[in-house]
Amino acid sequence: MFKHRLLAAAAAVAGAVLAAAPGAADPLKVGFIYVGPIGDFGWTYEHDQGRLAVEAAHGDKVETTFVENVPEGGDSERVLTQMALSGHDLIFTTSFGYMDPTINVAAKFPDVKFEHATGYKRADNVSTYSARFYEGRAVIGHIAGKMTKTNTIGYIASYPIPEVIRGINAAYIHAKKVNPDVNFKIVWVFTWFDPAKEADAATTLIEQGADVIMQHTDSPAAMTIAEEKGVYAFGQASDMKQFGPNARLSSIIDDWAPYYVQRVADVLDGSWESIDTWHGIKEGMVEIGEFSDQIPADIQAEAQAISDAIVSGEYHTFTGPLNRQDGSPWLAEGETADDGTLLGMNFYVEGIEGSIPQ
Amino acid sequence: MLRLEPRLEASRTWAALTPVMAVAATMVAGAVMFALLGKDPLVAIRTIFWAPLFDPALAAYARPQILVKAAPLILIAIGLSLGFRANIWNIGAEGQYVMGAVAGGGAALAFYPLDAWWLFPFMLFCGLLGGLLWGLIPAFLKVTFRANEILVSLMLVYVAEQYLASVALGLLRNPDGAGFPGSRNLQTYESAHNAELIAGTGIHLGVVTAALAVVMVYALLRMHRTGFEIKLSGQSPRAARFAGVNQAVLTYFCLGTGGAFAGLAGIFELSGPSGQLSIDFNVGYGFTAIIVAFLGRLHPFGIVFAGLLMALTYIGGEMAQFMLNLPSAAIQAFQGMLLFFLLSMEFLTRYRIRIRRLERN
Amino acid sequence: MDFGAINPLTLIATMIVAAMPVLFAAIGELVVEKSGVLNLGVEGLMIIGAVSGFIVAVESGSAVTGLFASVFAGAALALIFGILTQFFHSNQVATGLALTLFGLGLSALLGQSYAGIKPPSFPYPDFGPLADLPVLGLLLFRYDALVYFSAVLVVAVWWFLGYSRAGLALRAVGENHDAAHSLGYKVVRTRILAILFGGACGGLGGAYIALIRVPQWTDGVTAGAGWIALALVVFSSWRPFRVVLGACLFGGVTLLQLNFQAVGIEINAAYLSMAPYLVTILALVAISGSGRRAALDAPDSLGKPFRASA
Repeated sequence: MFKHRLLAAAAAVAGAVLAAAPGAADPLKVGFIYVGPIGDFGWTYEHDQGRLAVEAAHGDKVETTFVENVPEGGDSERVLTQMALSGHDLIFTTSFGYMDPTINVAAKFPDVKFEHATGYKRADNVSTYSARFYEGRAVIGHIAGKMTKTNTIGYIASYPIPEVIRGINAAYIHAKKVNPDVNFKIVWVFTWFDPAKEADAATTLIEQGADVIMQHTDSPAAMTIAEEKGVYAFGQASDMKQFGPNARLSSIIDDWAPYYVQRVADVLDGSWESIDTWHGIKEGMVEIGEFSDQIPADIQAEAQAISDAIVSGEYHTFTGPLNRQDGSPWLAEGETADDGTLLGMNFYVEGIEGSIPQ
Repeated sequence: MLRLEPRLEASRTWAALTPVMAVAATMVAGAVMFALLGKDPLVAIRTIFWAPLFDPALAAYARPQILVKAAPLILIAIGLSLGFRANIWNIGAEGQYVMGAVAGGGAALAFYPLDAWWLFPFMLFCGLLGGLLWGLIPAFLKVTFRANEILVSLMLVYVAEQYLASVALGLLRNPDGAGFPGSRNLQTYESAHNAELIAGTGIHLGVVTAALAVVMVYALLRMHRTGFEIKLSGQSPRAARFAGVNQAVLTYFCLGTGGAFAGLAGIFELSGPSGQLSIDFNVGYGFTAIIVAFLGRLHPFGIVFAGLLMALTYIGGEMAQFMLNLPSAAIQAFQGMLLFFLLSMEFLTRYRIRIRRLERN
Repeated sequence: MDFGAINPLTLIATMIVAAMPVLFAAIGELVVEKSGVLNLGVEGLMIIGAVSGFIVAVESGSAVTGLFASVFAGAALALIFGILTQFFHSNQVATGLALTLFGLGLSALLGQSYAGIKPPSFPYPDFGPLADLPVLGLLLFRYDALVYFSAVLVVAVWWFLGYSRAGLALRAVGENHDAAHSLGYKVVRTRILAILFGGACGGLGGAYIALIRVPQWTDGVTAGAGWIALALVVFSSWRPFRVVLGACLFGGVTLLQLNFQAVGIEINAAYLSMAPYLVTILALVAISGSGRRAALDAPDSLGKPFRASA
């Protein structure tokens, strides 16, 4: 009796070990680690939509898992290690703060592939990917510049990091181009997600005369306020149409699905290698939401033209002549910004008032 | 009719039995919740409590990780327990933890990239000092102005969090970090790195320190006069006054120790598992430690048990997420239930239930 | 840089709306603390109120029904706290923290399928021509109905604590539960009722965020408002009218800082955000150190367990 049990236990252990090793017939195990809850309806929500797209596209060939609300730092390193140990073949780490933990864990598991969002450290089994959201901001900046009556555009910014500063510059350049009198009021809320504070920021900007609101934070609170106060706004991260049927002019949608589906396909057919991806409108990672009927047809056409030119490569969002805020020249006539400068952007372009908080 | 009668002395039998009963009750209630969520309740419970310890693929890694996760909780809780025993209520450990990390991390980063043997102990000392001083503020205000230390220490948490945000974005921001908020990673700063002591386990000096702190506090309570004074003030403030206990000194001692331990936990975590001082560096250890202290009934060994149990549910909860696709919210609610059951059953150790027939008069 | 660009009237009006969630939660917690109980689970009460109010509002199509649901949900969660601390004599600090943990988890579970839905809108009373009065119209007659209700609630709590027999009993219980017990007051019953009231108010405050202020449901929508409410009670030194002032101040600091930014005045956001907490500590020191009269407002038995000796 005792012997039998022992044998059974040994068999169970062996079975489990075998199950943990990726076999040919097993589905590819793809893990995701999220910094927020999947119900945030912003950043994490969009990544989870990408995960669902992977399941839809690859069906039985993949199995996806996720862990949400994982704090950056020590906890994320532990979660990543456990995922690697439990037989995941590919793991997407979807927040900037997971950068060092991803690199650490990847070094210990050379056979597991990692994809880190928005970071800049890579390894043989670590790719990085991010989206050129600023391309979308060029398009909506144009619309905002045309649509404002008060010539005041309110901008809710999260943290003073290059990505956010890039977005402000891109929007300002294109608003200014079509409306020389335009003025940006920028408030920094120092959070990615705090609906009440974002709502306060929107209210404040509207009271200060802004009649178009842009945001670089994740909740739809500002959209709701814009709807209530009868001003315009743009969806961020997801379309947000249901929060502002009249207020919403368009939106910048993060669409991670095409990239995730592709990268999983690469692992499945063995062609995956470590790359650095910075995709924009062209590849579909940045999507411009449907234009609202509030936008006159000619402006819609212009905005579409900008988007098309970016897609075809004829036009770059940051094309000279452009000066820095202090008036010193940045880009000469016809010159376009290089990715290095954009990635570390820490200055406003000429014309924006105020300074970047330190 | 049911009647509660206080026991003259806390029951040892019940003290040992109630945690088991509470865990069992939580398993039942949790099973109902998991079933409602459409998961197999037995598998879910098994994953949370069993997988971190015995899963063939994960246990070898997860077992020492339970110690790593429990270490800051135990270290902070053990410091807080001294005050709680003496009726001195420090609930601001979260802030002291943050200030320890900021002070220690700031000290180490000020010398970047110095390579010197003394830097690591110096950093730990500064971390301890940061937490200590932050803990002494409510002590000073209580002794001098009779300001309620519960409220002052809680307010100081918010102040510390704002300060952390400010230095993570400004003073201590990594100059080579491409403009992102957050300090340099201490894991890549050789002389400040709190590296693992046994390769592959993640066990660092903070785990050892937590164990030492438990033994020290146990000895203090059992053998030292201060331990006696603490227990006496908790049980009977009047008797303590007659016995010549200096309340002011005791207040400074308890809040200071709590702060120093929390500060140490902060700097160990920063220079070890976490590495980087970012805006959300603190993840609530200071508050969870209060719960741990009470779950452990303020007894040093009880706290060790409670800390390990909490750490187990954290790690098991993560496993349940990626193995069973349980939402993290379900794990949070499950932990909440566990705490409720543990807290509610504690009374069995202090009271006995008597069934009495109603008497006619 | 232009201070003149900030319209003080609209700022005050916005401040009042911003103050509502913490005001409701704090006025409830004030009553709880006056009865000698410290419930640190306000954040948990608020988020449960927010999610249940939202769900019921969406399902019933009525925001008002949602508000009632939030009141009941808040009270129900608070009842767990009440039973544990009053009957099972569990530690109040630990139980309150556990309540927050449980509330955050449960709310996220309940709200899973409600993210991204717009709730029914909440009625604004129509004051007709009064709303168009020059200064007063904006300042007094353009709020949602709950703002006016909050005023009634604050006055009611003030009257109850200061002038009613039951309020006197509640304060007696909070001051010295042993003395109150020997005078024949029902300590446990009083405290349970106070805790239920605190839960109801916390739930309402949470629902205000999810149904009126933001209005939407997302995980963690209260974002720490419950902790601010706790600070607020101390700041107000347990006086109902000062809670109103404090709520405007705490809510207002964020708004003021955003306004400063919008008009180009640069100040360090972190230091300004710290200010209310530092002021609270100063207020605490002042009332504690300044002799008997003011100190009387702080309930003496706060956080201490009560056990009736037979």
